[in-house]
Amino acid sequence: MIRLLLWILGAVLLGGIVHLSTVLVMPQAATQDAYSRLLPVTPVNAMVPLAPPTAGSAVMPFMDPAFAAAVCRYDLASGPIKLTAPLSQSYTSVTFYTRTSVAYYAINDRAAGRKAIELDLMTADQHAQVPEEEDVTAADRLIIESPTKTGLIVLRALAAEPGLMAMARRAIAAAQCRTEPLR
Amino acid sequence: MLAAAIGLGATWLTLTRGVAFGTLTIGGWTAWPKTGSVDIDPYARATIARTGELPVGTGDGVAFYARADDSGNDLDGRCSFTISGLTPAGRYWTLTLYDANGQLVANSMDRHGFTSAEILRGQDGRFAVNVAPHARPGNWLPSGGIERFVLVWRLYDTPIGVAMRTTKEGPMPAITRKGCS
Repeated sequence: MIRLLLWILGAVLLGGIVHLSTVLVMPQAATQDAYSRLLPVTPVNAMVPLAPPTAGSAVMPFMDPAFAAAVCRYDLASGPIKLTAPLSQSYTSVTFYTRTSVAYYAINDRAAGRKAIELDLMTADQHAQVPEEEDVTAADRLIIESPTKTGLIVLRALAAEPGLMAMARRAIAAAQCRTEPLR
Repeated sequence: MLAAAIGLGATWLTLTRGVAFGTLTIGGWTAWPKTGSVDIDPYARATIARTGELPVGTGDGVAFYARADDSGNDLDGRCSFTISGLTPAGRYWTLTLYDANGQLVANSMDRHGFTSAEILRGQDGRFAVNVAPHARPGNWLPSGGIERFVLVWRLYDTPIGVAMRTTKEGPMPAITRKGCS
């Protein structure tokens, strides 16, 4: 009897380990995560508009249909990325995701304050190479550190009414994302 | 064998039911504000890796999900529901209806949700959205008669999720079932 109970206890403990390890491994092992879904439709280091979600067909689940969206799938191996996104007349935001879909930074038009959102994205190592004076003199230069070499930048512009969608799409079409060698 | 079954079973359950820490529940609505930041917990990370969605970033906004009404009834597309009341502070919000897998639901109006700018309101600023399979006057959100639907309320440029700790501060609109056909 005691022996059976011990077996069950052992199984539950081992089951707990299996459970925790599968939860932790999931983000690395997933083949249908956002990055993998976007891989075939987005070139590397370029901002491309995403097809709007329609009934039964969307690149990713739970996309907000009130927004026009564009994605830059980045790879910082060849240098930092410069992102410029002119603001649309309505709400606009930029969100940065790691390779495993963790949103590590987000900024909206009001927080950006000017007529365009301009950011430099680099790894911590690349940031360390930026000359210090340049860091100080260009105080308005916003530098974001990416925790991973690859990831996603998602630009979203709101169409507050369906009739404004064309304008929102035009605004995001002007956005750029390109590699820029370290000076 | 038993261990593997228990472990994988528990993983499957937690990832499909949307178990995560730091939940913010108001009525039928639930948000996971930390999911949009680097403080995301391992369960939420595994869940988004499985579904393939990109969470709303914390500096962008916060998303509230509803799978049941305020009394706990499942959101069934064959029933009609009203969503009414006031919304918490934020610059814009959008309300969207999805099927259980996060896809939009086909309908003749091509209407999948509302934004705060286009919704029809009463003189006191209150509004009511009618979620129903067949046409309704006012703000009609077609549910297409599907078995289960999910409502997502996204608040953009909002202090909620960043500053809010208790559920008392947020007046979220109530979801009420009106009847089933």
